[in-house]
Amino acid sequence: MTPPQRRRRFPKQEPPPPPQPAKEGVEKAPERLYVVAGPDGERADIDLVTLIVARADPPASATPEQSATLRLCAAPLSVAELSAYLNLPFSVVTVLLTDMLTAELVQARAPIVRQALPDRSLLEAVMHGLQRL
Amino acid sequence: MDFKGSDTIPGPRSEDHLPHTAEAAVKIVIVGGFGVGKTTMVGSVSEIRPLTTEETMTQAGIGVDDNFGSDTKTATTVAMDFGRISITDQLVLYLFGTPGQERFWFLWNGLFEGALGAVVLIDTRRLEVSFDVIGRLEERGVPFVVAVNSFPDAPRYPIAELRTALDLPEEIPIIECDARRRASSKDVLMTLMRFLHALALAKAPA
Ligand SMILES: Nc1nc2c(ncn2[C@@H]2O[C@H](COP(=O)(O)OP(=O)(O)OP(=O)(O)O)[C@@H](O)[C@H]2O)c(=O)[nH]1
Ligand SMILES: [Mg+2]
Repeated sequence: MTPPQRRRRFPKQEPPPPPQPAKEGVEKAPERLYVVAGPDGERADIDLVTLIVARADPPASATPEQSATLRLCAAPLSVAELSAYLNLPFSVVTVLLTDMLTAELVQARAPIVRQALPDRSLLEAVMHGLQRL
Repeated sequence: MDFKGSDTIPGPRSEDHLPHTAEAAVKIVIVGGFGVGKTTMVGSVSEIRPLTTEETMTQAGIGVDDNFGSDTKTATTVAMDFGRISITDQLVLYLFGTPGQERFWFLWNGLFEGALGAVVLIDTRRLEVSFDVIGRLEERGVPFVVAVNSFPDAPRYPIAELRTALDLPEEIPIIECDARRRASSKDVLMTLMRFLHALALAKAPA
């Protein structure tokens, strides 16, 4: 028995995009339900693995979501974990954090992302860490 | 959304807290078709019980080729399981088990763009499910290795035959694994890391 064979797709053979409802402001399907903009319509550059740390006690004006975030982020916590514990979609957490970063309630520790030229010592550190598992 | 309020949310257990010195995180994506063992692999190597982040998509986003039924009024929730491995006191690795359909990937900004690399988990009973995933990773320039999750009733092909079927160059590792076993999942991750390291060396020789 031989396995099925993959055929490489080339850009020219892309199927045409599915027809879309003629709606203003919609760039392309699919659509995320919660595309909510932060203050000034901006979304902070927040990644799933950005580490968030609380910088302050909840102010009297804090929303329940903000208070919960500050409590959860007493120790560094990734945005993904925050989303899981708060039971809120990633996009909603992003907006929540954009506000809280602006208000200086939390600090964000940026993720390391893949670069054109990956940092070899970073890769080696990850390998050593995995080896200890 | 069902936000329950600040006092009722269970947070991480105290042993799951990252040290205050944690300053950066990297991610690896484990991608594959439905039921191929993504969550199992994440869970077998994670230091925390796997967690789930969800995103909700309106029906406009659901392709015509889906199997979510024909009710076009409903929104669909897409879940992604993830786990964590502390590398050092400063560095943390996150593993995301991601649905194979590309139309879901955009839900999490930078999921693939920011990842160190990806593991494509395949099930030889449904090899064709992985074709599209592999094509998309190639197009996006995401480095990946292929792990064949050996289900007992799955057809076994020699690696060379799989390589031909998947149309992958010699340098891309293809390995067999049992996602339920920590040692095996760790092997898969180490294979990816060695591959990424070799790529880095080739780009900038020592
Ligand atoms: N025999 C065998 N069974 C496995 C292996 N990996 C996973 N399974 C089983 O396969 C089933 C599906 O595994 P999951 O880890 O839930 O797969 P998944 O890719 O996360 O599935 P979805 O999230 O539903 O797409 C479970 O019952 C696992 O116990 C493996 O390596 N060998
Ligand atoms: Mg799963």
